[in-house]
Amino acid sequence: MLAKRIIPCLDVKNGRVVKGTNFEGLRDMADPVEMARFYNESGADELVFYDITASVEGRTLFTDILRRVAGEIFIPLTVGGGIGSLEDFDRVLKCGADKVSVNSGAIRNPGLIAEAARKYGDQCVVLSMDVKRVDGQFRLFAKGGREDTGIDAMEWAVQGVKNGAGEIVLNSIDTDGVKGGFDLEMLDALASRVDVPIIASGGAGKLEDFAELFTHPGIDAGLAASIFHTRQVGIRDLKQYLRAQGVEMRL
Amino acid sequence: MIAIVDYGVGNLFSLTSSLRYLGLEAEVTGDAARLRAAERIILPGVGAFGDARQKLEDTGLVPVLLEEAEKKPFLGICLGMQLLFERSLEYGDHPGLGLIPGRVIDLRSALKDKSLKVPHMGWNSLQVKRDDPIFRYFRDGEYVYYVHSFFAADCAESTLATSGYGNVSVTGVVRRGNVWGTQFHPEKSGDAGLRLLKAFGEL
Repeated sequence: MLAKRIIPCLDVKNGRVVKGTNFEGLRDMADPVEMARFYNESGADELVFYDITASVEGRTLFTDILRRVAGEIFIPLTVGGGIGSLEDFDRVLKCGADKVSVNSGAIRNPGLIAEAARKYGDQCVVLSMDVKRVDGQFRLFAKGGREDTGIDAMEWAVQGVKNGAGEIVLNSIDTDGVKGGFDLEMLDALASRVDVPIIASGGAGKLEDFAELFTHPGIDAGLAASIFHTRQVGIRDLKQYLRAQGVEMRL
Repeated sequence: MIAIVDYGVGNLFSLTSSLRYLGLEAEVTGDAARLRAAERIILPGVGAFGDARQKLEDTGLVPVLLEEAEKKPFLGICLGMQLLFERSLEYGDHPGLGLIPGRVIDLRSALKDKSLKVPHMGWNSLQVKRDDPIFRYFRDGEYVYYVHSFFAADCAESTLATSGYGNVSVTGVVRRGNVWGTQFHPEKSGDAGLRLLKAFGEL
């Protein structure tokens, strides 16, 4: 059977890895290539890079980093951040990305997922969603979680999968940075609506949070940033612990 | 030199990088003379079978590949592995290269447990059924990275290794003569995958 995946996420700004709490107050952490190497050796199943740079210079720096990582680390790489067109897909795929994650770009350009899936295949297109509870509804947020789109997130996911998204990263703004555990209620709601792999994001604080996550069979992977970056949780320790708990893990 | 067949299908960055990382000389080429000159050939591929088959046909390289597969180690990866078979039933009925007996069929309809997700995407343990030089540096049961919705069937005689997914025994590695194929992506399977490529480089 397929192993559950543990995925560290690297937010890259101006060539450095940063990670904030609830998306505010970013602080510099480390060199992305070094960190990618470290995670690869620790047994990470996949790496996600988000380019959170706005400038053209930053973007060039990012693709250079991506090329360097992809040249020496041979596990799946997902790249997101500022993906709004097929040209953006092309740019990062040529630098060694295997999957491309779209978020606000798909909101601005609703045809993007379908076009990209047609050109690169469903397996290449990851729909990333920042979701928060508003008035009893799971609401889709844009622009790094700052803007309420008014769109029902679950409907958005169903539509995205219909258009060809091959995987979904669900980031709960409600639990992000709080380290009190994943948003299982939100994740279950999504799992009941789509049949593509779901990557849970937002809220991991300790080993037990992942064990609890994987008791929900519809969830395929757990993604986190700061707890791995600060080495509060070691990936190898986490995977050994999960395997001892009966979760299938690649070790 | 390992020639990676360029026929406009898929992303060859990782494959090329992984071979170079191993110190193996690799060249992406669609030139018949280069394929003939190569010591080994890799046929990559992602996407749909029919489309890839057509693109391969359009290059005019098929007769060269069939000839060279008799003479030197030849490896098909993912869709490149599926192309080695006689036919594929992916959205129609398409002829393959016929280098390995068998056909490529839909995973979804073969799975009894309909809650299992398709594509079969992620890390699965590879069980070696028959020892082979390709496994020289590989440990039975290591995990490899798959992304596919169709799989090779009716190919028991050439199957070297499989991965279980629900009730289906997914054909993971095949071999017939000089021709090997992996359904998973060795260039994305971490250290275990690199060791398979290293062994291929030494065949």
